[in-house]
Amino acid sequence: MANLKDLKNRISSVKSTRKITKAMQMVAAAKLRRAQEAAENARPYAQQFEAVMGQLAASVGDSPTAPLLLRGTGQEETFLLVVMTAEKGLCGGFNTNIVKRAQVRIRDLQSRGKTVKIVTVGKKGRAVLRRTHGDMLIDHVDLSDVKTVGYGNAQEIAQGVLKRFDASEFDVAYIYYGEFENTMTQVPTEQQIIPAHFDAPEGDAASGSNTLFDYEPSEEAILADLLPRSVSTQIFAALLENAASEQGARMTAMDNATRNADDMVENLNREYNRTRQAVITNELIEIISGAEAL
Amino acid sequence: MADTMQFDLVSPERRVASFQARAVKIPGSEGDLTAMPNHAPLITTLRPGILHVEGERGSDEYIVTGGFAQITPEGISVLAEESYHRDEMSQEILDRMVEDAAERQRKSIEQSHNEPGPTDDAAKLLSDMMAVGSHIGLSAKQPSL
Repeated sequence: MANLKDLKNRISSVKSTRKITKAMQMVAAAKLRRAQEAAENARPYAQQFEAVMGQLAASVGDSPTAPLLLRGTGQEETFLLVVMTAEKGLCGGFNTNIVKRAQVRIRDLQSRGKTVKIVTVGKKGRAVLRRTHGDMLIDHVDLSDVKTVGYGNAQEIAQGVLKRFDASEFDVAYIYYGEFENTMTQVPTEQQIIPAHFDAPEGDAASGSNTLFDYEPSEEAILADLLPRSVSTQIFAALLENAASEQGARMTAMDNATRNADDMVENLNREYNRTRQAVITNELIEIISGAEAL
Repeated sequence: MADTMQFDLVSPERRVASFQARAVKIPGSEGDLTAMPNHAPLITTLRPGILHVEGERGSDEYIVTGGFAQITPEGISVLAEESYHRDEMSQEILDRMVEDAAERQRKSIEQSHNEPGPTDDAAKLLSDMMAVGSHIGLSAKQPSL
């Protein structure tokens, strides 16, 4: 039978773990609210940007003078995967799911004989990918001392990617991140950023999206100016989604952990009480049988 | 004819302003232009400068650093890379902007070996930044080149 003292120790240790997970859950909840706000605030810019890009891209179309960022290099040999994960763990399957999504693509590309290069953002994804595809890692962006991701961070990442594109180091680029659906679900998402893909504006007269715009300077100059920015914008949106997803995933994971600890404490308490009762009964039996023997 | 139109100013991180305006002076990359209600549809890129908005309750000024503006007869949306209300603008922010622009100029001088084009653009960017500073009464430190 388990020793009373051991049981007591285990109960107190589970209880202190529960305190930690509970605290982490509450911190994650507060951070999640802020991350969601940030994502919310960034939405008008991203939407308007996309709308304008859609118009521009549609009117420039596939003309051979369109910037390379829009029509691609004309081949699909080298792929750049930008895998964005969290800097910290303890958030359930969040990081693993994103990495898995990327790994599926890597295997697919490899089986078709393509070259794959990987840039990681966030420590957790890097750790796993270094083990499985270490030879493909070409760069890592460390955001561990960044408290809240700003547009500047996204710009840095985007500039790194664009520089490689200008140096013809790859033809197609994807980004991977966790899209925030709600606190329970985060969807690992793949998005193609180069060559850029925009939905053509719908011919909706009410919103005026089919108005003919004048462009100053020329259409193509604007496009050339905006395409690099659109890469930053997309990466920024992904970073914000990722931040919200991470906190959401952590909140859920820590909530589960707290509940597990609750169950464990309950079971241990029951066992403790039962053992205590058994010890008392034992003592009584000893005393009574001792008295009877006299 | 409506005498006001919707004016939106957004930066990647937040919506800076959104209200009805009578006229907006935009620092376009090809020159300043003032848009009023029922302006012809136009998309223009911006240079760093001051966005001057005549609202219903007096006028307002915003500092923008590049980006673009979309003008329709119904309204104006300005998508700025970075944007501050005039009151938010401080010496530190200006110094950082000027420093960024100077950095870009140094880089382009190194890379393009005095070819015109990128270097000129960078120099123009820098001088635009300095002009913004003097307009709002902050003196930019002379960057060391």
